Order: sequence, then C-alpha cells, then structure tokens
Amino acid sequence: MKILVCMKQVPQKDAPLKLNDAGTWIREDVSYEVNEPDAFALEEALRQKEKHTGEVVVVTAGPARSLQVLREALAKGADRAIHLEDDAFVGLDAYNTARAIAAAIKDEKFDLIFTGLQSDDYGYAQTGVILAQILGLPHATIIMQIEKTDGGIRVKRELEAGFFQFVDMPLPAVLTIQSGINKLRYATLIGIKQAKGKPMRKVTMAEVQSAMGGNLQKIERLHVPQKSKNTEFLEGPPAEVAKKLVEKLKNELRVI
Amino acid sequence: MDTILVVVEQREGKLNRVSWETITAGQAIAAQTGWTLEAAVVGSGVAAIAGDVAAKKVAKVYDIESVRLEPYTPDAFAHALKEFLGKHPAKLVLMPHTYQVRDFVPKLATAMQTTAITDVIGFRYEGGKPLFTRQMFQGKFVADVSFAGSEPCFVTFQNGSFRADKVEAGAVAAPIETVSVDVPDGVVRNKPQEVFKEAKQAVDLTQAEIIVSVGRGIKEQKNIELAKQLADALGGELAASRPICDNGWLPMDRQVGSSGQTVAPKLYLALGISGAIQHMVGMKGSRSIVAINKDSEAPIFEIADYAVVGNLFDIVPPLIEEIKKAKA
Ligand SMILES: Cc1cc2nc3c(=O)[nH]c(=O)nc-3n(C[C@H](O)[C@H](O)[C@H](O)COP(=O)(O)OP(=O)(O)OC[C@H]3O[C@@H](n4cnc5c(N)ncnc54)[C@H](O)[C@@H]3O)c2cc1C
Ligand SMILES: Nc1ncnc2c1ncn2[C@@H]1O[C@H](COP(=O)(O)O)[C@@H](O)[C@H]1O
Repeated sequence: MKILVCMKQVPQKDAPLKLNDAGTWIREDVSYEVNEPDAFALEEALRQKEKHTGEVVVVTAGPARSLQVLREALAKGADRAIHLEDDAFVGLDAYNTARAIAAAIKDEKFDLIFTGLQSDDYGYAQTGVILAQILGLPHATIIMQIEKTDGGIRVKRELEAGFFQFVDMPLPAVLTIQSGINKLRYATLIGIKQAKGKPMRKVTMAEVQSAMGGNLQKIERLHVPQKSKNTEFLEGPPAEVAKKLVEKLKNELRVI
Repeated sequence: MDTILVVVEQREGKLNRVSWETITAGQAIAAQTGWTLEAAVVGSGVAAIAGDVAAKKVAKVYDIESVRLEPYTPDAFAHALKEFLGKHPAKLVLMPHTYQVRDFVPKLATAMQTTAITDVIGFRYEGGKPLFTRQMFQGKFVADVSFAGSEPCFVTFQNGSFRADKVEAGAVAAPIETVSVDVPDGVVRNKPQEVFKEAKQAVDLTQAEIIVSVGRGIKEQKNIELAKQLADALGGELAASRPICDNGWLPMDRQVGSSGQTVAPKLYLALGISGAIQHMVGMKGSRSIVAINKDSEAPIFEIADYAVVGNLFDIVPPLIEEIKKAKA
C-alpha cells in the first residue's frame, strides 16, 4: 500500500496565543507541534505499511518552520516527504490547501490518502474531503479502524454519542483519521539518524499556483470570545481557594 | 428571488432535532436580510419529516427523494443536492454541523466550485454583507468570516448556537414539493453497514448528580487517582475528556462530549480541561460548573460559575481535605 499522510503544523496546545496588531491572525512567535489527529494518521499509515508492505509519504504545506513536522514523521518511519514551503500557505482556505496538495502529488498514485479529521487552528474539518473530491476518490470521515479486504477496505466510522458504523469502500480512497485510532510510537535514535538521508522534495508556491485560486472565505477579524456567564474567580493561595470553593459548594450550590 | 435553504438532517427516517436550531438560525437571517427562507429534507420516503418542517415559518419545503439516498452516503447526498441546487438556486444553504454534514458538505461545496463556512456560532449582516462568526484555535478566538465565492455559500451551525425552542411556527402549513432526483449507477461507491453502539456502558453518567472530570492537565495516568479521591470525597462519579479515554487512562464510557456522553449534573467539576467545543456540548447543560485550570484564558472559564486559575496539583489536595472537614 502506498499511503500519503497530510500533516499540518499548529500552535502547541498550551501555547498562550496573542492576536497580531491587525487582529487578523495570531502572533507567530509561539511554539508549534503537529496537529494531533495527523500524528494518529501517520501512525496508522506506518502500521498499514508494516502489515501490507508499501510506502508512506508525508506532505505538509506551510512556512519553513513546518519542516519540523516532516522531520519527525521521517524519524518515526515515513519513507519520504514533500514540503510545500511558503509563508502564504498559512492563510489558505481549505479548498486552496487541498488544491495545492493535489497539484503537488499529481504525478503519484496513492492507494490511500490520510488527513486528520480537523485542524486545531482553522478547524475547517474539510481539507481531506475536498481533496477526495478534487482527486475524484471516495472518502470516509472520522475513522477509528481500517482493515484491508479483498475488494478494498473496511473502515470504522465514529458517529455521535458513542455510535459507530462500518463502511466498505474501494481503493484508492481518502480517509480522515480521528485521534485515538491507535497508540502513537516515539521516534528512536536510529530513526532520527536515518531520517537525515531520506528524500525530501520541496515544492514552491509558484509550482502549484496555477491549480489554485483566490480564497473563497476570508477572515475579516479575530477576537477574544465573550463570556456567556458571570464567572466568579476564586483567588488566593491554594489552601484559601480550597476553603472558598468548599464554602460555595456547601452554601451556594448545595452539593455538600 | 434571494433564497436561504435550510437542509434538515434525517437519519433512518428520523429528524435530527438539532435541525430545529438551524431553522431558527435561518429564520433569524431571513428576518435580517429580507431573503426568503425555504427548507429541504433529503432521503428516501421522508415525506413525514417534510410535513413536520412545513409547520414552521418557512415559505416552502422540498422533499428530495431517491431510493439511493438510504442509507446515507456522501456520494449520493452530494450528488442529489448538487442536482437540486442547480435547478433551485439559493444564496445560502444552512445545515447543522453534525458528523453527517461534515462528511458530505465539503464535497458538495467543492463539486459546485464554492465553499462551506463550518461550525458557525453567529451571524451579522453588515453593509449588505453576511458575516459569519466561527470559533478558531480550539475556541480560544472567534473569527468573523466573509464569503468570497460564487453562490450558494454553505454554512454549518455548531450545536447549541441557536435555540431549537425559539423556532417560529408558521401561520399556515408551508407548501411541500416532492422532487425526485436521479442518482445513477456507479455514483455511490461506499457500502455502509448498520449503525451500532459498542458493548453496553458500565456507568451511566447521565444520572450522576456530581461529576469530577479530568482532562489532559492531569498529565499522567497515575494522577487519575487524585481526581478519584476528589470524586469520592464529593460522592460523585469520575469522568474525562477524550484524550484521557483515548490514552486508556479511563474507559471510554466515562468520556463526556460529542462523541461520548451528554451529562447534566448538579455539579460538574472540570480539572485541567481546556473546554474544546466537542467537550462543552456534552456538559454545558450542567446546573453548575466549576473549572480548575492553570490557563486564565482557557475557554472552559467562559461557561464556568466558579473558576480557579492555578495548578490543579496544588489545589486538589487541600480541596479534598476541606470537603472531608465540611462533611465530617
Ligand atoms: C469530531 C470530534 C469529536 C470529539 N469528541 C470529543 C468528546 O466527546 N469529548 C472530548 O472531551 N473531546 C472530544 N474531542 C476532542 C476535543 O476537540 C479536544 O481535543 C479535547 O476535548 C481536549 O481535551 P482536554 O481539554 O483534556 O485537553 P487540552 O485541550 O490539551 O487541555 C488541557 C488543559 O489543561 C490545563 N492544564 C495543564 N496542566 C495543568 C495543571 N497542572 N493544572 C491545571 N490545569 C492544567 C491546560 O491549561 C489546558 O487548558 C473531539 C474532537 C473532534 C474533532
Ligand atoms: N497546510 C496543510 N498541510 C498539510 N495538511 C493539511 C494542511 N491543512 C490541513 N491539512 C490536513 O487536513 C486536515 C484537516 O484540516 P482542516 O480542514 O483545516 O480542519 C488536517 O488534519 C491535515 O491532515
């Protein structure tokens, strides 16, 4: 199986985010990490390859810093990487991101393409499905299990409120992967060393631009959400806060 | 005529009640813009649902039918709605942001060379331009998003952003038009099997009066014990955010959120939970919410009654002691 994994670099979960002066994006001086479900997508690709042989290719569209995501993926066992490198890849809508990735892989034939189900920054929840439509492939979303079958694959889709569904589908196909589908591995020292020798293809914006267009949706401004409740903040050293909180639990909320 | 179309969601012939929220949203947008609100249901043998929707204040209801629309597949739904919208153009097409909608809307929008603004929580009409508000960065910011494509613009609404009980009834029943669509052989590539639930749930959190819920701020599996002690002291149940259950630190049936249980206890005490929307939809109906988080900007504080900004490992031990004292 030849598998492509789309991986995105996003601000670290605990990173304190600040808006830029224009209020249109965050200040970029924060730490970054791989988008969580994308890490699970990579792990799943590596496991499928271990079962069925084949190749795992990782791709990201982002600025120079996003190379780190590809390096980590190569260290964990991906065979090669494609880096669509340009600062402008940060500001794309999901359609344009998918078009850029589709253009970068137009000469390749993958059996499976994985994306995460959703990015932590934009949260479009769209890029994988759009990519499937552009490539003319069937897709399934929010996947928690993948088995190869005679005619293709059987996947387990997560549905709301604890429901699931198996879906049989032909290959090639695009799947959006849910966090928790497997247990992540760590990169080994040997893996990190070997990563340095693995192929890394750079793709510039100019090479894919003709496949892209203007963004179809635009962020006019970002702001801090308004509170919907009158929250009372309890302050002081821990012992004092604990006392205050118990007082509230007892006299206001009456749960003690 | 400028039309807003709400596509309600049905699964296996049953209306998903979150659709009423989307109709409320459609009614609000229609009131602000003066555009005409219509609705549609897509499926096979779903005329009864069209009838329910026609009782609401909408100008018309379409019952879009094909035997190929049952069971749901993204291929058939995208095909049917593209064909329908080709003949019945709309400016805006509104849907709830459900798992089913996220599965086909990006495909449909792309097939029509346009875009979907997803997971929207609000709407403003500014200078003749619709602006949609949506969360970004896991709820840490909200964005005003404008639409720059060709019509229709697809918009999906987050659960709970409009109120189902605010949906206006119509003075008279709206006319219903049945539209059969042709979904040719070969369009549908996926073969979905029956929907099922994993083995019986061992705990029913929906009945719990007090819930202590742990998130990734608990850091390590062994620290779950601390939360357990707090839950025991309060006489409550232990629950968790998704990553905790994904890691296997607590069983799946203790997960609260859109893919877990929906709870409404007297007290929901969140320890080291950031407050992602998929978590909040499962617990925001709680009578009271207490959140302990070291990040003063954590979105969970937006819905908390009492908030403690600080390290849970400093606060929980004295809290357990104080509770024991108060109960003694
Ligand atoms: C389709 C879909 C379905 C999903 N379903 C669910 C669901 O059902 N339930 C669910 O929970 N999630 C669900 N999620 C995941 C959700 O988006 C979030 O990723 C998840 O809820 C985050 O969990 P968390 O708050 O525990 O972790 P994080 O977001 O990592 O937050 C950890 C928090 O702990 C705080 N913290 C860290 N250390 C300390 C400390 N020492 N003391 C105090 N605070 C500390 C941090 O400030 C941070 O706010 C779903 C996602 C998707 C896309
Ligand atoms: N710039 C990008 N580079 C590589 N993959 C991406 C990029 N943006 C989105 N993706 C993939 O698409 C998924 C869904 O992202 P989104 O549609 O933004 O929610 C992510 O989990 C990634 O797998």
